Amino acid sequence: MKLKKHQECTDKIATVVFTSLGYLNIVFVAVICLYLVVSGIPAIGKIGFVDFIFGTKWASTSTVPSFGILPFILTSIYGTLGAILIGLPLGFFCSVYLAKFAPLKIKQFVESTVDLLAGIPSVVFGFIGMLVLVPGIQSIFDVPDGSSLLAAILVLSIMILPSIIKVSIGSIEAVPNEYELGSLALGANKVETVYKVVVPAARRGIGVAVVLGVGRAIGEAMAVMMVAGNVANMPGLFESVRFLTTAVASEMSYSAGLQRQALFSIALVLFVFIMVINALLNLVLKERGKKK
Amino acid sequence: MNNELKRTIYKNVMLFFAYAATLATVLVVGFIIAYVFIRAIPHFSWQLLSTKPSYINETIGVLPDILNTIYIVIATLVFVLPLGVGAAVYLSEYAKNIKIKKVIEYAIESLAGIPSIIYGLVGMLVFCQYFGLKTSLLAGALTLTIMNLPTIIRTTQESLDSVPASYREGSFGLGANKWYAIRTVVLPCCIDGIVTGCILAVGRMLGESAALLFTAGFAHKVNGFIDALSSSGSTLTVALYVYAKEQGRFDVAFVIAAIMLFMSLLINFTASKLSKKIQNKRY
Repeated sequence: MKLKKHQECTDKIATVVFTSLGYLNIVFVAVICLYLVVSGIPAIGKIGFVDFIFGTKWASTSTVPSFGILPFILTSIYGTLGAILIGLPLGFFCSVYLAKFAPLKIKQFVESTVDLLAGIPSVVFGFIGMLVLVPGIQSIFDVPDGSSLLAAILVLSIMILPSIIKVSIGSIEAVPNEYELGSLALGANKVETVYKVVVPAARRGIGVAVVLGVGRAIGEAMAVMMVAGNVANMPGLFESVRFLTTAVASEMSYSAGLQRQALFSIALVLFVFIMVINALLNLVLKERGKKK
Repeated sequence: MNNELKRTIYKNVMLFFAYAATLATVLVVGFIIAYVFIRAIPHFSWQLLSTKPSYINETIGVLPDILNTIYIVIATLVFVLPLGVGAAVYLSEYAKNIKIKKVIEYAIESLAGIPSIIYGLVGMLVFCQYFGLKTSLLAGALTLTIMNLPTIIRTTQESLDSVPASYREGSFGLGANKWYAIRTVVLPCCIDGIVTGCILAVGRMLGESAALLFTAGFAHKVNGFIDALSSSGSTLTVALYVYAKEQGRFDVAFVIAAIMLFMSLLINFTASKLSKKIQNKRY
């Protein structure tokens, strides 16, 4: 009898502990949101929302400081779009090959290569970009400094490859085999079947892959910091630029006062971007669920 | 005939793209690995791996960075395992209200999507300043804990869901209560899945740098585990960044990059072996 009571007691305790551990995740997200909002709002209030978001000049340490982050926002958007522009076709065709054409041995080999690519730390990408891409761009395009938006785009496009390839393979393989058989029976060859029947059927999954890639590219800091040159210019392909992420990282260690608060505001803007992307992702996933 | 020609061209062009993209991907990875290892090998030396940087002898050693990395990984695992596995158990075994479950899962997804630089910033505000931990490995480990929660939760949940309901019913039928059934029947079946999650999380911790810049700091001191937790210290990735970008010591940076690549090779290998083992297991 006593034993039973003891067991009931531990069972109750376990229920409470696990429930609170589950809820703890909501607390974490809430705390992160709260801290970003609370520490990000004051500077936006002082600088003025329009001046902050649409101001084109960032000079946080000059005697008359100006805090306009439009260059960072545009750089982040251009950099992400550029990375998708290069990374998506590369990842898409690669995943089509792996899902539909590749022999098993080759598929396994390439997939483990892609896994390896996913595991390479971002500082290593940045380091190699710094030593290979930056001098390369400098000599090929004959520009004074190779640290540029282009270098960042190239590094990012390689870094987003694994997420694009993995998700695309999954969604291409999930297309029912009957689609393929039907198309083949109507006289289409294998290549036509894959590109005109299977891929359109998998397009939502590929959409998810793109959104994931965007999320990864817009949030990347270290690799970009090492190759983009880190000057607060308006974006241009061969211009030395600063992203939203690198704007926070590069000045944080020596910032104070309004400058520091403005950095928190930049983080808040970045966070809003990420949350919009997350919401978009959920929307795409939900619609896909409905369709099935 | 014209149509036939068009189709042949279409077929060959599209096939070419598929081959070319795959080849390009493999070549990029191959280039990265070969480049790092070839440039790093001449600079490997026992002295570099086994000492700390010394201004008197003008030598650089990465031992403190290696130790800090190990410490931070251990500390993070200690925190993240109970939190992550517990949350997964709640979601898979206890949560009855679908709405609340959805909200928690959405929160976990959001955690997974937040970029590491934001974790670094909030970690600095919360752990270093609000909790008064200053820049220390402990603050870094706590930041990494929250970052890696989604990985652990997801893999644990997957393996919990793969345990057949009949196992639970059987143990309830024998008179076990819920916690007893989970502890003695369900969780032991999931060990492989939890270990895989841990390995994936360790991979992520090893490669993390932006979140540690402001939380764990840059110091290169050799400390014991307890002292290290309360003092600032740079991990291998942060050290790589500092040596490459700020001090221009590419030789040291290459050696660290080679160590990092070797670690991620090892982790990938182990993880894929383990997941194969899980797939082979049949209930």
